Amino acid sequence: MNLTVRDLAVTRGGIAILEGVSFDLSPREALVLRGPNGIGKTTLLRSVAGLQPAEAGTVTGAEDRIAHAGHSDGLKAMLSVTENLRFWASVFGTSDIEPALAAFDLLELRDRMAGTLSAGQKRRLGLARLMVTGRPIWVLDEPTVSLDAASVALFAEAVRAHLARGGSALMATHIDLGLAEARVLDLTPFKAGPRARAMDEAFL
Amino acid sequence: MKALLYRDLILSVRAGGGFGLGLAFFLIVTVLVPFGVGPQTELLARIAPGILWIGALLACLLSLDRILALDWEDGSLDLLATAPLPVESIVTVKALAHWITTGLPLVLAAPVLGVLLSLPLPAYQWVLISLAVGTPALSVIGTFGASLTVGLKRGGLLMSLLVLPLYVPTLIFGAEVARRGAEGLTVQTPLLLLAGISFGVIALLPFASAAVLRINLR
Repeated sequence: MNLTVRDLAVTRGGIAILEGVSFDLSPREALVLRGPNGIGKTTLLRSVAGLQPAEAGTVTGAEDRIAHAGHSDGLKAMLSVTENLRFWASVFGTSDIEPALAAFDLLELRDRMAGTLSAGQKRRLGLARLMVTGRPIWVLDEPTVSLDAASVALFAEAVRAHLARGGSALMATHIDLGLAEARVLDLTPFKAGPRARAMDEAFL
Repeated sequence: MKALLYRDLILSVRAGGGFGLGLAFFLIVTVLVPFGVGPQTELLARIAPGILWIGALLACLLSLDRILALDWEDGSLDLLATAPLPVESIVTVKALAHWITTGLPLVLAAPVLGVLLSLPLPAYQWVLISLAVGTPALSVIGTFGASLTVGLKRGGLLMSLLVLPLYVPTLIFGAEVARRGAEGLTVQTPLLLLAGISFGVIALLPFASAAVLRINLR
């Protein structure tokens, strides 16, 4: 089943930032969103994930199929690496966390408290969470922040394995992931023109 | 849902979890009141049920902003909102976890601390019963306040102002049960009203909390 986005318009803080965004994402496919800071990549991804209502347009095929990874990893400092993952696994109704630990090289860190991990290790744990959700569409916002080159390679490998299993990935990133098969969508042409501010936002 | 409850309980007893916060505050209030009132056992015995109720209510209020704020800060609330759990059950589980870590210890500590306030003998069981029936309402109403103010910087003050008026009916009927019990009067009417408030908010407020939480997560 495809993820289909048609004529999506999104606002941030009541100001229209993107309009007329349309794309399709089919299984085994990765789409990379590009664009300068502030163009609305994060807002667009939050709309697709259903965290924020869109101003106009439709998103179909997203219901209960998206695993979203935003700027923060949603980790509890006082839970260990395995406890963090196991929690998310049981929330999403899965139980096997070993492949995720192995894929992101977390086996040696499994009993450490998440609060004692370095920024890059935390990020790897946050990305490992995507694997335990069992959801087919990964929506990733700057997934490689604070990752070193080796970890970026691990991540690209995990994404490739996810695509091979019939999943798909939608990500916003500035760096080259080495995913040759990924399509790139530049958001610059969709920048919303100056227009009257949505009047009812202040009253909602 | 079980996983979320289990995680919240574990987090609350680990370092920095704030498990003893409400209990310690309750202890401080009940220890200090006799010093403030002076050595008048009769007066103390008369106000003891009310003091215990006010102490429990304020102790509950103290820990409310932790219900959702911590999950908001580290991003888990966003992730939970995209999980298969309905938001209604998230706020219900959060309220339940808050009651188990704050309300229940207060209920169990109240009879012990009643000794410090020379609580009259017949009042012990009614203080215990009224707190056991009333504190779930405090947690559920508090979760509603926390949902309203999640994401606001220093939202604690605003939340207290919003929540305190909603706590008043619970306090009035809860303290009335304890007072009438202490004086040997019949407690049926206030106890039924207190139970009515508790069941009413448990049944209805999770939907309101979920609705405001969805708006706040935008």
